[in-house]
Amino acid sequence: MSTAASAGFSLMANLPALQVVVPMVAAPICTFLRFRNGPWAFALLVSAATFWISANLLMQVLGGDVISYEMGGWAPPFGIEYRVDTINAFVLLIVSGISLIALPYALRSVEREVPRDKHHLFYAGWLLCLCGMLGITITGDAFNIFVFLEISSLSTYMLLASGRDPRALTAAFQYLVLGTLGATFILIGVGLLYIMTGTLNIADLAERLGPVSDTTSVRAAAAFLTVGIALKFALFPAHFWLPNGYAYSPSAVGVFLSATATKVSIYVLLRFQFTVFGEIPAFADLDFATLLLPFAVVAFLVGSTVAIFQTDLKRLLAWSSIAQIGYMVAGIGLGGVDGLTAGIVHLFNHAITKAALFMAAGAFFLRVGSMHIDRLAGIGKTMPFTTLAFVLSGLSLIGVPTTVGFISKWYLILAALQHGTAGYAIAAMVLASSLLAVMYVWRIVEVAYFRDPAANQEITEAPLSMLLPLWALTIGCFYFGLETGYSVDIARAAAQSLLGVTP
Amino acid sequence: MSIETHIQLALLIPIIGLVGIVLTGRIPNLREAVTLVTATANAINVWSIFPAIQAGARPSVTLFELLPGLTINFTVEPLGMMFAAIASTLWIVNSIYSIGYMRGNKETSQTRFYACFALSISAAIGIAFAGNLLTLFIFYEILTLSTYPLVTHKGTEDAKRGGRTYLGILIATSIGLQLPAIIWTWNLTGTLDFVPGGTLTGKVQGLSAGLLLALYMYGVGKAALMPIHKWLPAAMVAPTPVSALLHAVAVVKAGVFTVIKIIVYVFGLELITTESATNWLIYAAAITLTLASLIAMNQDNLKRRLAYSTVSQLSYVILGAALGTAMGVVGGGMHIAMHAAGKITLFFCAGAIYVALHKTEISDMKGIGRIMPVTMFCFMIGALSVIGIPPLGGSWSKFLLMVGAADAGFQFIIGVLILSSLLNVAYLMPIPLRGFMLRPPGAGDGPVKVQEAPLACLIAICITAALTVVLFFMAQEIFDFLLPITMTGGGQ
Repeated sequence: MSTAASAGFSLMANLPALQVVVPMVAAPICTFLRFRNGPWAFALLVSAATFWISANLLMQVLGGDVISYEMGGWAPPFGIEYRVDTINAFVLLIVSGISLIALPYALRSVEREVPRDKHHLFYAGWLLCLCGMLGITITGDAFNIFVFLEISSLSTYMLLASGRDPRALTAAFQYLVLGTLGATFILIGVGLLYIMTGTLNIADLAERLGPVSDTTSVRAAAAFLTVGIALKFALFPAHFWLPNGYAYSPSAVGVFLSATATKVSIYVLLRFQFTVFGEIPAFADLDFATLLLPFAVVAFLVGSTVAIFQTDLKRLLAWSSIAQIGYMVAGIGLGGVDGLTAGIVHLFNHAITKAALFMAAGAFFLRVGSMHIDRLAGIGKTMPFTTLAFVLSGLSLIGVPTTVGFISKWYLILAALQHGTAGYAIAAMVLASSLLAVMYVWRIVEVAYFRDPAANQEITEAPLSMLLPLWALTIGCFYFGLETGYSVDIARAAAQSLLGVTP
Repeated sequence: MSIETHIQLALLIPIIGLVGIVLTGRIPNLREAVTLVTATANAINVWSIFPAIQAGARPSVTLFELLPGLTINFTVEPLGMMFAAIASTLWIVNSIYSIGYMRGNKETSQTRFYACFALSISAAIGIAFAGNLLTLFIFYEILTLSTYPLVTHKGTEDAKRGGRTYLGILIATSIGLQLPAIIWTWNLTGTLDFVPGGTLTGKVQGLSAGLLLALYMYGVGKAALMPIHKWLPAAMVAPTPVSALLHAVAVVKAGVFTVIKIIVYVFGLELITTESATNWLIYAAAITLTLASLIAMNQDNLKRRLAYSTVSQLSYVILGAALGTAMGVVGGGMHIAMHAAGKITLFFCAGAIYVALHKTEISDMKGIGRIMPVTMFCFMIGALSVIGIPPLGGSWSKFLLMVGAADAGFQFIIGVLILSSLLNVAYLMPIPLRGFMLRPPGAGDGPVKVQEAPLACLIAICITAALTVVLFFMAQEIFDFLLPITMTGGGQ
């Protein structure tokens, strides 16, 4: 509880509020910084501050404590409560961490891909998006989630459309339509819950829902929320906005969003499914998470298959993201500590893997000027460091042992094997999907290393400001694949707290 | 230095060599010197572990613990020691040969060639020393990937097609079959370690045991059990030094080595001999070794004929392991060494013929023994060893396999082995015989002009040919060294 009143303003006690307020206040300030690299430097500074806050918050809750912060001193359930436990502290750290590491990278990419007179708006949008995602994650209030969702969505539409590629406009519009639909569903769900229980506080909701849980209204609320959230994280068959969105937006946006936006939505799903609804059956004795399972399986099979046939590298990566989202949802759908651990740890593992891959793709784009895979012929010779990082991160995407991807899949398969025959089938399909991943990663390797570069091209290695973040993440893919203490332990603790299991 | 340090060095030295090769890539003489020094240092280092293993020690190094119970671990036991010793020793000989071959043929991208070679050797040693299935799997995949650029070295459409078959089959079987088998094993036993006596005893029986064994056997595509053998003939598009060391020794032997490891240390010989559902492997191996010999007879391309011969010989090793008797397993293990020496000689000769005369088809090799007498003589020695005629190494392992088959009560296997030896004679011997007896076409009546391969190639060929003779007399030592792996407790 906040002891701010007695000790005056205490920085440490107000960290939960600052986590959201800092980027929120910074965003409008950013629009005034209209000199060269000013908005960028400011956004980087703010990102560093939010990362520091997230890291502190995570350390405070790692022991199993829960921080409950009363916004403006209004006690829950009447006021808005910010509530930090292991799982959302983990997601906060992922989001702010990716923002911090993507910004140094963004400098050169944005210079090239965003018109100069819009830089201040671009970085303001970035900060707003960051603020929205952090807000969704940290808040303990269902309506507040919706509000921050809108903040992050609106700024996402803007970021997606901020590049020079006109196709980005249609992509952003597509996402706008679908995102609005999703947000509306979420709002309806939250409204239904409010009618039934008279509260919006998530912890309070969980308690009051008990007596009315077996009503159609609550089941409808759960259905609206589940579908609405699934639209936001592009679960198959609501995935079609994602490939175009990531492919035609500026590279840095692809890096930032692919690693964070879908992860935050999946966190929201976890929060509603486990903290609020708990064991509420959707249909017969199936809960909603289990109902998502078939979609998740189709997502990773279809996503991986379609990725093989892409001719545009960013679209290939985007389709692979659809597949990877399938893995996360599959883990959640399988349930149990192992399943949830698989889902949650993959939030982190996929964030660093896919961010690294999009960074490499963006670096290729900067130098080659195209994302067409054929144009990347011989890139392994002209941009050796970028290409090597791409291949190594690609191994993580496949799930090769010693990479983070392996850790996720290992838990996912163990979780699947606990479910009898159907589980064996799912495990087999996870492996089949890994084989498909081998094929789409290998396509790039073949083009990059075993074809000769076009003679008239003058391609040089990517700038250091891109290579350093890229390699930091690539090394992370292996470091966290070998030293799993941090990520797996946190994910497991989060899974246990969501399921109410004592470790 | 402690033995543990030597184990880590065994993996590290080739990697250091790789860096050196890349850095000195612009100066070919220096680059080749780096390769030779690395190969020698590596072999010395690997052999320095040998005495301790012979004395019964089983040194173990754990590098990482990924998840509880799931580690990257290296543990050296006799079989792995032997495999590492073969691979690292033959690397020296092969490097000498490569210098002659690659320069004689004016091949391009030689730096990449030597660099990938070093990486492959490191991976092979990683497989040899792996202490559990996960570690073995990782290095198994590294070996596949690091040999791909060597297979497609020529860069022609043909080479690319061959490379795709190679990679496709090996990766698909390892991820699609071997990995599920590993996960299944973990699910049954909670461990992936190689434990003397096996870990699966009592955990799996009947049809499941047979199925799990099938996942492993076909999942280890490098063992080339039919019908997972197509990658090996496809890999013959590679330059001959690659075919010689990797596709007659390191890669294929990594496959059958893995087979023996899995049968001895995961299934356990007790389970294999008592569970009749695993007997299918004996028949599968017998069929492979006969069929592959028959196919070899129809190949006119020398390297393809040798490749099918390798497929056949690999199944000898699988057969020995499948029998599950002490003699069978030791015979199989010994065959890894014996066949390595014989087959690398044959490939060296095939490469020498290509460098000197640019001939690849057997029908064009009439009278070749008169043009390249040294090469053809060594070819004959290698062939006789592969066939299994004393005083050459191959005779002992085949003898032990027959004893093992009799012990296991599969007398018909003895017949299969004899038949196969006859087939070996039929497809290998005509080459030197026609080479020596006939005159080369268009040579006229006078003495034939000798036109041998580069000296570096000849030296390498003579060394490996001599090795087949030496191994004949070393059989007792190898037998005593390998026998402990069949004992309960692993002879520690």
